[in-house]
Amino acid sequence: MSDRISVAKTYKLYIGGKFPRSESGRVYPVTDTKGKFLANASHASRKDVRDAVSAARKAFGGWSAATAYNRGQVLYRVAEMLEGRREQFVAEVSASEGVAAKKAQSIVDASIDRWVWYAGWTDKIATVLGAANPVAGPYFSFTVPEPTGVVGVLAPQQSSLLGLVSVLAPVLATGSTAVVVSSADRPLPAITLSEVLATSDLPGGVANILTGRASELGSWLASHGDVNALDPTGAEPSARADLAREAAGTVKRVLTVPDTEPDWTADADIARLRRYLEAKTVWHPLGV
Amino acid sequence: MGIFEYAPAPESRDLANLKSHYRPFVNGEFVDGSGEPLKTINPATEEVLAEVGTASVSDVDTAVKAARKAYNNVWSKMPGSERAKYLFRIARLIQERSRELAVLESLDNGKPIKESRDSDVPTAAAHFFYHAGWADKLDYAGYGPNPKPLGVAGQVIPWNFPLLMLAWKIAPALATGNTVVLKPAETTPLTALVFAEICQQAELPPGVVNILPGAGDIGAALVGHGDVNKVAFTGSTEVGKAIQRQIAGTAKKLTLELGGKAANVVFDDAPLDQAVEGIVNGIFFNQGHVCCAGSRLLVQESVAEEVLEKLRYRVSTLRLGDPLDKNTDIGAINSAEQLAKIKGLVESGDAEGAQRWTSPCPVPERGFFFAPTVFSDVQQSMRIAREEIFGPVLSVLTFRTPDEAVTKANNTPYGLSAGIWTEKGSRILWMANQLRAGVVWANTFNRFDPAAPFGGYQESGFGREGGRTGLEAYLDV
Repeated sequence: MSDRISVAKTYKLYIGGKFPRSESGRVYPVTDTKGKFLANASHASRKDVRDAVSAARKAFGGWSAATAYNRGQVLYRVAEMLEGRREQFVAEVSASEGVAAKKAQSIVDASIDRWVWYAGWTDKIATVLGAANPVAGPYFSFTVPEPTGVVGVLAPQQSSLLGLVSVLAPVLATGSTAVVVSSADRPLPAITLSEVLATSDLPGGVANILTGRASELGSWLASHGDVNALDPTGAEPSARADLAREAAGTVKRVLTVPDTEPDWTADADIARLRRYLEAKTVWHPLGV
Repeated sequence: MGIFEYAPAPESRDLANLKSHYRPFVNGEFVDGSGEPLKTINPATEEVLAEVGTASVSDVDTAVKAARKAYNNVWSKMPGSERAKYLFRIARLIQERSRELAVLESLDNGKPIKESRDSDVPTAAAHFFYHAGWADKLDYAGYGPNPKPLGVAGQVIPWNFPLLMLAWKIAPALATGNTVVLKPAETTPLTALVFAEICQQAELPPGVVNILPGAGDIGAALVGHGDVNKVAFTGSTEVGKAIQRQIAGTAKKLTLELGGKAANVVFDDAPLDQAVEGIVNGIFFNQGHVCCAGSRLLVQESVAEEVLEKLRYRVSTLRLGDPLDKNTDIGAINSAEQLAKIKGLVESGDAEGAQRWTSPCPVPERGFFFAPTVFSDVQQSMRIAREEIFGPVLSVLTFRTPDEAVTKANNTPYGLSAGIWTEKGSRILWMANQLRAGVVWANTFNRFDPAAPFGGYQESGFGREGGRTGLEAYLDV
């Protein structure tokens, strides 16, 4: 093999379907678990959070109004693209999490399978959670689940890909849009996932991925007036009470999450889907 | 007006079995609370109805301990089929004592007897019936097999539907296996304490339901108590946010039913006479003391004058006065404080340039009353279009296109309810999709049923009450 200098990548944010650098110009070094330098990642700022929230809000109308079938197709397409980048994800998960290649492979496989699982929920969740209400009167009353809106997600700090997929996919499956802050020390799989999202059919702005510090960016998401729900999984347990207090300013839905990261390899259920859905009840009189 | 003269038709106040003293209910007994007693008044006459013992912070602890003990030793261990029978008993007892409860509710709250009799009390009984049936069927509720209760629920309810809100809170909590400490509103504690008697009559095990009258500080102590697992609050958005802040960082599960500023949208093809009835029901039901009241009327411009004219005529026929009179449409504002708040917001409407029209109906000299009022020429920036008034005051705005109607309707941080009036079915379904609200009434308004989930989007709170969806609030899922 000839000596060849590899092409070094510049890692950027993913906002509104584009890959901007952080508005702040900041970057931070990313290393593997042994401390070896891997890359510089963008260090997102408060302004980047605001840009990402407006992109997510702008995308919400189209994404939530798309047919459930279409959303399922788009999410399945993401899974296809994940599969296509399998080797890259394996390498990055292995470097980020310090696991052997075989273990990394099973993590990547589980991530792809989880994405497929959620893709299949888009056109089923309304059947499972909706209802025809047998009210005591001459009315047709039915209840449908609808997406909550823009969701701020602090992704898990440890599980760089499977954890990320487990918290992002349910948001998108409901028809909500997301602003995600990736794991701070293990952001590379998140950046590659954003490249996957950009080249799948997911409309720009539906998922926005910021690399940076949850400890710095979390409070901007929690206090933002145009964010409807917050997943504090990636926040320090000691910081979660403050985030929840800030979220109360606009009556945000705040996920209850365990202090330590759960075992993401366990089977998912629909609890996370439920958290990002509102029940809308519609009434109409019956008569001739 | 004056087409028909009505003779007074008062319901007998003796039916209320009003007592001079009421006491908190803890661990199956009526006890002397160590708080400062409060006097609850009849808002229609300003007379003192009764003295009510209140809880202190130490009583909150006693009640939570009683609820915990009942939860651990009795209620969580009881098969669902047995819990169901207690709830069925309670439902029947509410029905059997419905006249007493209705009159007492109207005395204490000021609402017309026809509403307490025909709406509040029967719907409260229906909530216990509905949830009784769930108690032994929770495996089928969609939360996986054998869903678990949360433990002790601390519940704080408002003064606008005292007994009904109690039923909305207590019925699902008990059906799912939780025990309860409930704080009724300071101005309307009486029917909750008669409900406590009903719990005794039903031989509900001591401690399963505890009722602590008191003011906001008792609510805060209850919500903040370390051994409470679940908090449910219905009331103002301001207090809801404070509660969400207060319990931030704890493991308590929270549901909030907060304020609203509902849009009631009338299209030019709507059946206008029906729509006017719906508009009246939407804003003047229960004196407008309804979180989901249709307080922002959005009328298509081409029919705005016609609708306003019909509306003013119809509103001027509403009879305001003695809540116990069976012909009364609009009763008393619940408190002097609330009356002052309504007056303040109405003055802001005048000051900001909206056109005020007030019904010429006679207003009693004593008691807290406010004549039905309709503001036209309202702009979206005005306080009367943005803030919840919680009184018999309607703000009327206009729109030209369906898209404009949607934009205006959704231009609020709230999202509890909305109304649509049009003959066009496809437009109803399209509008219902577009509106960011938890309940959408099409060609009707203010319908409630225990089988139909109720609750808000955005700053109107989170969680639902009623239906299968409502059970989630009291289950560890």
